[in-house]
Amino acid sequence: MTTKPKHHKTTKKDLLQLYRDMLLIRRFEEKAGQLYGMGLIAGFCHLYIGQEAVVVGIRDAMAEGDQMITSYRDHGHMLACGMSPRGVMAELTGRSGGYSRGKGGSMHMFSVEKQFFGGHGIVGAQVPLGAGLGLANKYKDNGQISVTFFGDGASNQGQVYEALNMAKLWDLPTLFIIENNQYAMGTSLARASAQTELYKRGESFGVKGIQVDGMDVLAVREAAKKAAKHARSGKGPLILEMMTYRYRGHSMSDPAKYRTREEVNEMREEHDPIDMVKARLLKEKWADLDDLKALDKEIKTIVNDAAEFAKTSPEPDPSELYTDVLLEVEA
Amino acid sequence: MAIDIQMPALSPTMEEGTLTKWLVKEGDSISSGDILAEIETDKATMEIETIDEGVVGKILISEGTQNVKVGTVILQLLEDGEGIDVLSAPASPEAVIEKVDEPIVLAPVETQSHQVIETVAPVEMDIPSGTAMIETSVRDALRDAMAEEMRKDDRVFIMGEEVAQYQGAYKVTRELLQEFGPKRVIDTPITEHGFAGIGVGAAMGGLKPIVEFMTWNFAMQAIDHIINSAAKTLYMSGGQMRCPIVFRGPNGAASRVGAQHSHDYSSWYANVPGLKVVAPYDAADAKGLLKAAILDPNPVVFLEHEMMYGEMHDVPDLENYIVPIGKALVRRVGSDVTIVSHSRMVGRALEAAEILATEGISAEVIDLRTLRPLDTDTVIASVKKTNRIVCAEEGWGQSGIGAEIATRVMEQAFDYLDAPPARVFQKDVPLPYAGNLEALSIPNAQDVVVAAKAVCYKD
Ligand SMILES: Cc1ncc(C[n+]2csc(CCOP(=O)(O)OP(=O)(O)O)c2C)c(N)n1
Ligand SMILES: [Mg+2]
Repeated sequence: MTTKPKHHKTTKKDLLQLYRDMLLIRRFEEKAGQLYGMGLIAGFCHLYIGQEAVVVGIRDAMAEGDQMITSYRDHGHMLACGMSPRGVMAELTGRSGGYSRGKGGSMHMFSVEKQFFGGHGIVGAQVPLGAGLGLANKYKDNGQISVTFFGDGASNQGQVYEALNMAKLWDLPTLFIIENNQYAMGTSLARASAQTELYKRGESFGVKGIQVDGMDVLAVREAAKKAAKHARSGKGPLILEMMTYRYRGHSMSDPAKYRTREEVNEMREEHDPIDMVKARLLKEKWADLDDLKALDKEIKTIVNDAAEFAKTSPEPDPSELYTDVLLEVEA
Repeated sequence: MAIDIQMPALSPTMEEGTLTKWLVKEGDSISSGDILAEIETDKATMEIETIDEGVVGKILISEGTQNVKVGTVILQLLEDGEGIDVLSAPASPEAVIEKVDEPIVLAPVETQSHQVIETVAPVEMDIPSGTAMIETSVRDALRDAMAEEMRKDDRVFIMGEEVAQYQGAYKVTRELLQEFGPKRVIDTPITEHGFAGIGVGAAMGGLKPIVEFMTWNFAMQAIDHIINSAAKTLYMSGGQMRCPIVFRGPNGAASRVGAQHSHDYSSWYANVPGLKVVAPYDAADAKGLLKAAILDPNPVVFLEHEMMYGEMHDVPDLENYIVPIGKALVRRVGSDVTIVSHSRMVGRALEAAEILATEGISAEVIDLRTLRPLDTDTVIASVKKTNRIVCAEEGWGQSGIGAEIATRVMEQAFDYLDAPPARVFQKDVPLPYAGNLEALSIPNAQDVVVAAKAVCYKD
């Protein structure tokens, strides 16, 4: 990653909001990691720490009613969509107060209200699903776009290319966001991909791609705004390759021995999406250290409240085992 | 207020760990993201990071301490401006900390069934008397089987996600890369449909691939090649085209990983002519059957169980220990009721047999070991003796393995039955994430006991 952050135009209000949204995700994920460590969250738990600028920048460029869909690394996306920290955290602990009433877990949450379509555990699966949401938009002619997030690892899946082909063939109002965090579990991009410039992956179908510094929330937002306009105007899909990085292991049980501490520290210290915004806020004098400390405190309170809720919300009632398998046919 | 930092759980199965190394000392200032310590879990060595800011007050567990229970307070952190005097005794009295010099022995998940295996001698194994037994994990037994066959035949190779450099997502391929090199231990992209097809093509081209699926859940993307390309080719080519390939990986429910990661495919693959389907229970069978699978000239679907990988069992110390595909094993002899199961459920069936014994019911436990071809003879012979049968499996009931067994028993031993066959299976819902609901879904020993009593008309 060589791109130095460009000086994108913004306002005090906007930048503070972006900062806040990213910080909420960071603190939420740190708390989730802690609850996992305490045995309150089980199974697989994939943290988004380091990648916050991607979803926050993109969500800010989306319109009300646009749909979002992603993989199992989904907590940040849900918070960015405005889903409640309490409901997300309680799903992580498998409690009745969770978005899926404890039946989905970390990888499987949905919100019809916030137009968040999951939360998918099988690598690549969300990509045709996201294109399908785009098809529905076009069919209904509702002016919305769908936005699909997937990883560098997922970008090698065959179904991605089938989806890209149809998305362009039918000019579906949809965006494909590749979150290139350089690794798929323990496999670096170069060890899995013959062609590592992922934004070019749509070329043979005529789907244009752009590479973006995914650690710079303003760069992300700029690119996403243009892309959303393109998709919404009926010109079909685009690919945005977000160059980003995950600080933690793939999931909680990954010791991450396939990369060096120095590499992680370099990203953290030189490219942290939250620190970069913080520096700009201070430089523009849009906030001082005390303001930011107070904000951090406020966010911590929200996250602690979510954790408390997630600890105390009761387990689902045993009768829940049999609900939601099929719907009754209405007479 | 000082912050208590606890021994974290770092994997779905971790209960305790070794605090290998402290990377901070008392008095150090730390902030979010700093590495505090290195911890050895049941699977790996991991670093733990702090998410808090402050000054390291007191280190409560010294370096090198083993068996530190998850939840034990290991360090106390002072927040801005606090002095050491705020520290009081940590509030986790239930955590027992012992410093021991012995290597850590993690308790196997099913100690009960493990004991049963040791006390009731297997009935049908062809092992020369006096053969030494080596306690081996299911994980290592699988690895040894692959390594042995790779040493003997250089056409055998393994491919899959994270099998080489990462040493296997579940460490089943540990050290294979070191021994056999990257030509024969191949990391693939996350492209199951593609690499299963490439594996089948390589088999058609004269190699003997072992294709590892990180879990069988992901092989749904590859099922087209497993069935249409591998299973049907011999038939469609009038016997010309062979496809000697092993598809293997963990199958069924692990622990709290939710519906998309917890599917038991036993009956799916057992339905397909042209495949052999194997689902071992203990380490000896895992080794002997995997070797048989690699040697087999047909496509073999080999279903492992993630929750069994860490279990230790005796494996015969034999040069070339092979368990034939297609033969069930009577794991416990009994006279009142036959319990048929496979994979992890065998352990629960054995546990149930123990409980039933205390209530005066003598249960015979059959481990199917192979699901296609099904060893019906062993089951029928048992039912002719006991006149009652319970089929127990972890997967769903409809069109399941138990449904098939029950049908065969009715077709071939109807007159011997004193009660309709009973089935035990997973509740008819996708597997829920919540701990309590998950436990309700997956059948346990008690469910088998209840079914066995029912067919014996005992309470
Ligand atoms: C089809 C399939 N194969 C394998 C897996 C196991 N798996 C889960 S995440 C993952 C790595 C994905 O990497 P990437 O797409 O880069 O996303 P990231 O985790 O970096 O966000 C793998 C191999 C899976 N869930 N689905
Ligand atoms: Mg990735």
